[in-house]
Amino acid sequence: MRYFLNRLGFLIVSIWAALTLNFILPRLMPGNPAEIMLAKFQGRMPPQALHAFELQFGFSNKPMITQYFNYLGSMLTGHWGLSYTYYPTSVQTIISGSLPWTLGLLGIVWVIAVTFGTFTGIFIAWRRGGFLDSVTPIITMFFQSIPQFWLALVLVYSLSFSMNLFPMAHGYGNSVTMGWNFPFVSSVVYHAILPAVVIFLGSVSGWIVGMRNNMMMTLGEDYIVFAEAKGVPTRRLIFNYAARNAMLPQITSIAIALSTIIGGQILIEQVFSYPGIGFQLTSAVSGEDYPLIQGMFLIIAVTTLLINFVVDMIYGRLDPRVRRRGATS
Amino acid sequence: MIVETQVVSVPTKKKAKRMNNTAAAFLHNPKAMTGLVIFLIFVLVAIFAPLIAPYDPQSTQFAPLQSPSAAHWFGTTNTGQDIFSQFIWGTQTSMIVGVGAAVVSTLVAFLVGVYGGLRGGVADSILNSLSNIFLVMPGLALLILIESYIKNTTPLLNGLIIALTGWAWGARVFRSAAMSIANRDFIVAARLSGAGSLRIMFAEILPNMTSLIASNLIYACLGAIMAEAGLAYLGFENVASNSWGTILFWAQNGGAMMGGAWWWFVPPGVAIAIVGTSLALMNYAIDQITNPRLRVQKRKKARVAGRA
Repeated sequence: MRYFLNRLGFLIVSIWAALTLNFILPRLMPGNPAEIMLAKFQGRMPPQALHAFELQFGFSNKPMITQYFNYLGSMLTGHWGLSYTYYPTSVQTIISGSLPWTLGLLGIVWVIAVTFGTFTGIFIAWRRGGFLDSVTPIITMFFQSIPQFWLALVLVYSLSFSMNLFPMAHGYGNSVTMGWNFPFVSSVVYHAILPAVVIFLGSVSGWIVGMRNNMMMTLGEDYIVFAEAKGVPTRRLIFNYAARNAMLPQITSIAIALSTIIGGQILIEQVFSYPGIGFQLTSAVSGEDYPLIQGMFLIIAVTTLLINFVVDMIYGRLDPRVRRRGATS
Repeated sequence: MIVETQVVSVPTKKKAKRMNNTAAAFLHNPKAMTGLVIFLIFVLVAIFAPLIAPYDPQSTQFAPLQSPSAAHWFGTTNTGQDIFSQFIWGTQTSMIVGVGAAVVSTLVAFLVGVYGGLRGGVADSILNSLSNIFLVMPGLALLILIESYIKNTTPLLNGLIIALTGWAWGARVFRSAAMSIANRDFIVAARLSGAGSLRIMFAEILPNMTSLIASNLIYACLGAIMAEAGLAYLGFENVASNSWGTILFWAQNGGAMMGGAWWWFVPPGVAIAIVGTSLALMNYAIDQITNPRLRVQKRKKARVAGRA
């Protein structure tokens, strides 16, 4: 319980930090977004509109502290403002339209990559010193050094442009209508294959090496040697004795890798013009659509923080030592 | 290059000998040497970029979209710029950004982490929460948010922003290392003799953390090169700057895909991958040399393997 409260407290503090960053950054910069918007709409917008935008943004002549609490209040009650680009669509509508794309793609590929990587790592650690064991670290180093978005560019060029095997961009074809019908779903899957392959290739080697190293450490423990000596069957020894414990640090790695993976996802979505959060964020920046930028950053931050929280909770369930220590790390 | 300067800067003679051993082990490690040589080649290219690049990288005097030839090793862009010249100047940018951001972010990480770890108490709690928050914030999204308010940043400014947002992991590592030596005799002695926090941090603790610092520098350098390339590719950097990411930005927006101009976007990515691998090789070697846990693990591994 104490562990839970501790983590919950951290979740709340970090979400507050993200909100505050969103508030402070525009105010540190010269000019304010509302003025930029007015300049953009040169003459087409009456001065009252500027005032409306300033209000919407929480820019006003009121003292900073009042602005801050107004801003926090409207964020917490779900008033995230209207997008300029898609005026008058609200930011939440755009987010709820693009979040499923990102989470769906990322979630599925991630589960596959972590599962595949973990089992391969177990296998390699058991057959240590073998061919795979000596080759994997080098391949991993290389794959982790390749920028994922560049790998995406190369695959789009070779597989989509030159060989015409996959679509070059977008989340689904033009000819299908959105909904739960077969043509749409198959089009979505078809369009998702290439981005999924890139995300998989970019992340799987990390899980393999991580699991291999954890397995090596665990296999050296005395209780494994004892279990082997008392004649525990190999399969049981690998999975029930060694892998179970070796998997724990993998779960922590998920939390650590999260920020990197989401960054990679933003770039990959840009390459494929994939209709997710990352693509929306970069288009919003090019379009100087500040409410949308703020909303997108906030939703990315909150999602990351929530996943982190869930991972912490799972970890606490699996490893009672963490719960008792209170995990201040 | 970075690694050497860190390893050599040791105040006392006794420590210097031990450190020289580490340095010698580093230089005799084939992986480390391979990485170091590759990295130094890129550093040399960066330093002598004005001499190596055959043409002005921005000049549009050539025929557009030529494939690689003797005159244009990496071909030309759709506006007739020489890609090889752009690539060489981009190497300089990436190296400056990578090394510079690595130094700045490691310095911040060291100051935050070690200060908190030594002091403990309220200061430590605040600094530790701060680094935890920075650690879980999605880095690239934060960078993009900042970029959206600062228009047309230069690569150097980007490097600085990357460094100032990417120090959290290092701070955490330094903090736990500092906590483990905070109560050792030589720290207590230094404190009793009236040395200030900064002096203790740089004269007493820094020499004991050279390998951590080196591996942090390496990771930060790779991370900064990647992040800068990503930001420039997204177009959040002055598009007239010379960097690997900007080449990719123009390749994407200049129709390299549709025009079949593979020579346009392949070189920057390959270069990043090679630099990254060289850094990873050095880091791997440092781990092998300085991490006693890996050594213990090897012995145990051999024992179990012999039995199996």
